[in-house]
Amino acid sequence: MSDGDSKNRGQLKVYLGYAAGVGKTYQMLEDAHELKQKGFDAVIGYLEPHGRKDTIARAEGLELIPRRKAEYRGSTFEEMDLEAILRRKPQVCVVDELPHTNIPDSSHTKRWEDVLALLDAGIDVMTTMNIQHLESLNDQVWQMTGVRVRETIPDWVMKQADEVVMVDLTPRALLNRLERGVVYPPEKAERALQNFFKESTLVALRELALRQTAHEVEIRQVTLPDSALVDTFPTNFPPAADRAPSGGNDRILVHLTEDPSTAMLIRRGKRVADYLQAECFAVYVHTEPDLASLPAGRRVAIERHLTFARNLHLETHVLQGADIVDTLMDFARLHRVTQIFMVRPQYSRWHGFLATNLVHRIVGEARDMQVTIVAERRRERQS
Amino acid sequence: MATDRTADTFDRRPDPEQLLRQLDAQERQLIHEHLKVFLGYASGVGKSFRMLDEGRRRRERGQDVVVGAVQWNMPPELERLIQSMEVIPLKKVGGGETMDVEAILGRRPQVCLVDGAAYDNPPGSRNPKRWQDITELVSNGIVVITSLNLQHIEERRDIVKQITGKQATQTVPESFLYAANEIVIVDVPPELLLERAGGPDAGDAALADTQRQLSALRELALLLTAEVVDKQLEDYLLAHGIDQRWGTQERILVCLTPGSNAEAIVASGKRNADRFHGEFFVVYVRHPQLPEKDEPGLQRHLEAAQQAGAHVDALDGDDPVEALMDFARTHRITQIFVGHRRKNHWWYRLVGGPIDRLIRAAEGIDVRVFPH
Repeated sequence: MSDGDSKNRGQLKVYLGYAAGVGKTYQMLEDAHELKQKGFDAVIGYLEPHGRKDTIARAEGLELIPRRKAEYRGSTFEEMDLEAILRRKPQVCVVDELPHTNIPDSSHTKRWEDVLALLDAGIDVMTTMNIQHLESLNDQVWQMTGVRVRETIPDWVMKQADEVVMVDLTPRALLNRLERGVVYPPEKAERALQNFFKESTLVALRELALRQTAHEVEIRQVTLPDSALVDTFPTNFPPAADRAPSGGNDRILVHLTEDPSTAMLIRRGKRVADYLQAECFAVYVHTEPDLASLPAGRRVAIERHLTFARNLHLETHVLQGADIVDTLMDFARLHRVTQIFMVRPQYSRWHGFLATNLVHRIVGEARDMQVTIVAERRRERQS
Repeated sequence: MATDRTADTFDRRPDPEQLLRQLDAQERQLIHEHLKVFLGYASGVGKSFRMLDEGRRRRERGQDVVVGAVQWNMPPELERLIQSMEVIPLKKVGGGETMDVEAILGRRPQVCLVDGAAYDNPPGSRNPKRWQDITELVSNGIVVITSLNLQHIEERRDIVKQITGKQATQTVPESFLYAANEIVIVDVPPELLLERAGGPDAGDAALADTQRQLSALRELALLLTAEVVDKQLEDYLLAHGIDQRWGTQERILVCLTPGSNAEAIVASGKRNADRFHGEFFVVYVRHPQLPEKDEPGLQRHLEAAQQAGAHVDALDGDDPVEALMDFARTHRITQIFVGHRRKNHWWYRLVGGPIDRLIRAAEGIDVRVFPH
């Protein structure tokens, strides 16, 4: 980590795992101790030890900023005290569990927003998260686990990290720890074994985390200065030049509708755009004179999708035109779009005809643009 | 992508083959119960520490643990860890030293720690390579925990050389990793590694170069581990008879149709598969009604695809859409790339709006249409 005084913005380091109990917090505390020993002013802003003895012991010797107590609906909650940390102004701050949602009276809705505030104040932050909380993997994780993760981290926040480290433990070892009661108390362990902690699920999540970490390492390489050796990479390892933002000419348009699977479409389109280092637009076209004249239900759905797209840092556009396809294609040509993403039509008898027609017309008129029809991911029963 | 294991792992023929694979997978799971590898992308990431620390913890839990081999130039914190353990001394053979397999087999511990799997044994040893010693211990029912550096993996030596300019002489075949039931990646940021090694000062051009090399190696090691884990997942699902269609990685299937802009589609499929470090398949649906004149062009495209690293296959079926979907489901495809021509071609007459049918059939799979 850099010395916090020498630059304006703090550095962010993410300890990425694939399940509770792999040792993210423990390793983060180890590193914090190491920094402290080197003379850095490292403190704990928030720690969630889950009653784990090893973790609690590892926190000893590090200054702990007291949590803020807040009343909400008759209960007392403890949250990270952002103001207190900002006043204390350490060089390095440990903030456990990045995806946490703050209680409603807090200055930010999400802990990751608190973390961005700390970085803005020039404080280096070390934090932890599990792969299943990454927004763009939400549908895939749901398919694997049957759990729709609600507390998500937008991918652009992850991109802010200067360093992402994978904290690895084999699923077998993790299951052993769970059985020995290291991770959760028995009744909670029982429940955990039902979904996230099935061995096949753990193996799959682990693979996702490994691939994501590899991706994070790769995109950070691009910003390093050029070197002659990158030209000699074999074909299965694209040279850095080909991975540079300037190298990709893709521009992706995500066609928003009120269809409930639009959230998935946005995640999918944005993920592909991120991997191709492409620009990504989210476009809604309506034929009514203005948005306000849409039926309330549709308007609410559209506005929700637009907000979601903006939160994921897509450039959103609301267009008005007599013909949806003409208007969309005009926009696409004007913005030199190379790929259009749209939802798979619902193949119901009546409604389906119009939707199918839309796909047909867009494919028919796309000419040199690729059209991706994104299918809703379904969950299959596993034995 | 870099291995050709998928060629034989995937087989679309059903029952008897499926059953055999299931038995194989179950057997593999039993054998591999006994080998655990700590993989690092460079020396100094802390593999040996993690390995010895696991040995210490197992011992505290009552397992009978011995150290079968340690590296010489050990840092003090490792020395301390080893002090409390039983070490089987290396055996002198000819001018060199080798792990004493006989002594370990005679001692019969539950767990044997072997620091560094990539060593050539001196001539006259029981096995030419240390990884073969390890395999012998494992097949005798001893749990072996070992450490390995990316650069020593035979199949990865060339790419590592392209990154670092150096080539390791002592190697372990990649199949050794696939044989391990547990592989753990020891991941630390390159900066930390450089700091520990006490390298050149920050800002130095040499430092930036080393850092770039390390981060390229790190990416390789992570992806390799992901591939091994993917194989383990497949084995697990097979062994437990779980039919699971979702994929943990992108698997792109390009479907070549006569008269489509094959070159552009294959190039795009390749680019997407590369960016996602995913699998890449190119198929062509054979049909008796295929006009002769289309064949040479297709052959050329299929060969080009193969050269680009795609798994190439020809599919048979009366119904092209069905044949394609069958293949897609067995191979856990996540995206299908297909060409589309508005012109009235036999393909479209035959299947009656194939794009529409494909989109309908492709449940859970994205369809990317390339107009032409």
